[in-house]
Amino acid sequence: MTINIQYFARLRDDVGRASDATAKPDTVHTAGDLWRHLHDSPPPPRLMVAINQRHARLDSPVADGDEVAFFPPVTGG
Amino acid sequence: MAVRLFSEPFDPWALVRERERELPLEKLGAISVFVGRMRDFNDDRAVQGLFLEHYPGMTKRELERIVMEAEARWPLDACEVAHRVGAVNPSETLVLVAVWSAHRIAARDACAEILERVKHEAPFWKRERLEDGNERWVETNTPGS
Repeated sequence: MTINIQYFARLRDDVGRASDATAKPDTVHTAGDLWRHLHDSPPPPRLMVAINQRHARLDSPVADGDEVAFFPPVTGG
Repeated sequence: MAVRLFSEPFDPWALVRERERELPLEKLGAISVFVGRMRDFNDDRAVQGLFLEHYPGMTKRELERIVMEAEARWPLDACEVAHRVGAVNPSETLVLVAVWSAHRIAARDACAEILERVKHEAPFWKRERLEDGNERWVETNTPGS
């Protein structure tokens, strides 16, 4: 089982790719942990996160098989 | 409730008229409509075009959730939300929110609330093409702008 990660908009440009996939390490419990694990840095300010296509928070738990999306503040409408 | 994403230009007034054909208008004293169009300027720069990125899978579901929560809060009889995705030119419609109710306050307040939540919660991101050909991401939707 893996966690599939997606990046959108400016964040995808900053990260340099649209997606990542990783097996969940034992040290990763939350979306914020997952960001730190993948990028070796704290989550950027105003980072938004969705888990399985629903809004979540950086302290929301993640599990194997989840789809986790990171994105900047939304600007629709 | 109808929530739609359009990758091509759409006529918001035609959507409203189409919907009204199936509604009991004699019972609906109020309709509140918001139409948002693309401007050819932003932050003191001329803007030639826009690309509206979205999150396939999540965006439509988010719009549906926003409308459902409005329907739970106000006595609404019908809602129509439409949003563009992809490449957009100035003067084209970006968003339609139309709300029908027996009374004006429910229609007006629900329309305003749905629009604000679309702007701050639905996963869309605007990338502008400026007059010099450069592109920039719109960083934030500020309240009231």
